[in-house]
Amino acid sequence: MDLSFMQATLLTLLGGLPLTLHLTASSILLGGAGALVLALMRTSGIVLLSAPARAYVFVFRGTPLLIQLFMIYYGLGQFRPALQDLGLWSFFRDPYFCAVLAMAMNTAAYSSEIIRGGLASVPPGALEAASACGMRPLMRLRRIVLPLAIRQALPAYGNELVLMAKATSLASTITLMEVTGLAGKMIAQTYRAVEIFACAGLIYLALTLILTRAVLLLEWWLSPRRPRRQPAPPTICTTGEPA
Amino acid sequence: MKTLILASTLLLAAVSATIGSAATATAQTKPAAITIATEGAYEPWNFTTPGGKLDGLEIDLANDLCARMAVRCTIVAQDWDGLIPALNARKFDAIMASMIVTEKRLAVIGFSEPYAPTAAAIMVEKTSPLARLPGTGTTVDLGGDPAKVKAALDPIAAQLKGKSIGTQTATSNTTFLEKYLKDSVTVREYKTTEQHDLDLQAGRIDGVVAQKSSLTALLAKPDYQAFTLAGPTFVGDVFGKGIAVGLRKDDTVLKEMFDKAILAAKADGTIDKLAQKWLKTSLMN
Repeated sequence: MDLSFMQATLLTLLGGLPLTLHLTASSILLGGAGALVLALMRTSGIVLLSAPARAYVFVFRGTPLLIQLFMIYYGLGQFRPALQDLGLWSFFRDPYFCAVLAMAMNTAAYSSEIIRGGLASVPPGALEAASACGMRPLMRLRRIVLPLAIRQALPAYGNELVLMAKATSLASTITLMEVTGLAGKMIAQTYRAVEIFACAGLIYLALTLILTRAVLLLEWWLSPRRPRRQPAPPTICTTGEPA
Repeated sequence: MKTLILASTLLLAAVSATIGSAATATAQTKPAAITIATEGAYEPWNFTTPGGKLDGLEIDLANDLCARMAVRCTIVAQDWDGLIPALNARKFDAIMASMIVTEKRLAVIGFSEPYAPTAAAIMVEKTSPLARLPGTGTTVDLGGDPAKVKAALDPIAAQLKGKSIGTQTATSNTTFLEKYLKDSVTVREYKTTEQHDLDLQAGRIDGVVAQKSSLTALLAKPDYQAFTLAGPTFVGDVFGKGIAVGLRKDDTVLKEMFDKAILAAKADGTIDKLAQKWLKTSLMN
């Protein structure tokens, strides 16, 4: 057991961190947008919208991410001529886009359920009050529903973010050399599995530590009990239009 | 940051030192039963049939060797890149997975007598310009005269410039690409050879480097009519001293047993018969 080896290992593995972060950020952003749309479809009360959203969540939550990744990468790879005709092949040829697509679609399903839970937690009284103030549905969504729902959903969503950051390790199975991919390669060269995987684990640990702290900070910032610099003026009802 | 890294490495060092010392040597008596690990994804050497059974040259050979050694054998499948660590962690006793004897592997495990020589080749699409790689039909001994090796490799490197080549991770094929063609090709590493074959078919990569025997068997299949071997056959240096049974360094009794059985199987033609059956060629070039 030598320390210089572990230090060298850490430094090599850190070379894969940018890719890990790229994968995490892209899939979370894309997946988050998808999740919001899915959750709104699901709670719209319109069967034509809610049924597809329900089916989507059922499929993507019910199958392992690894299988989704393989289906998109190796599965669609078998339909190259068809994809080339559609002009989509340059997208599916690239393992990075395949990985982002799989992870974004997966996290969209999970996150939409988290957001749906948040939406359901908005008290009906708040909605009625907003309507009574003359807010239209879109403004009500923006000003009342989403802020309350996001605050409720944030702890669970933080969990999902951590899961996604770690799920990027699956990208190594489709030749992307992120932290886990590099670790596997180093083990292949040195056969020192314990030290190298421990270093890789340490990097993920640091990453999730930062992520969970960030979510906690956001929770605090959104908290209604946070001391604000200036107390809001006591306007009771406003539609946002100048009086 | 530096102190953080140092502190965490110290902690990890302590943890892994404890784990390391847990594995101690066992008594050196002739075992009654052993477990042999293979990969189960490297046709025709070792693969899994659609019915889930392990089959292939090495499965047949393992059964033959076990009969000669008079031990009961269980053959299990295990991911390629975990084979050596798992052997040293005593998850099984021997590896028969078309594993080549190399200096690097010899540093961590022992090997029996080789049961097959080894050679690597490049497979590309017939319509690709790479199908006309120079040196097709010749053999390049990487361990031979450096000037000759360079003369043979330079035109190949020039033609491969900017291409992506797939290999299985943790194989001598990857080492070969990184040592000799690193500056011209993008190396894409896969968990199994089946995966890089799929990506070659899908056109995501321009070629693959794998063992010639395995590629030849692949090309005989209807799905691979559009593909061909291009460029020379590579032997020597990173491709080591041949394919052998991987064993723990301290298992001297097992090594003796395997050595004797392999030499006997070579002498009475069993290995040649298996090569004819599975590889459709003789192994002893």
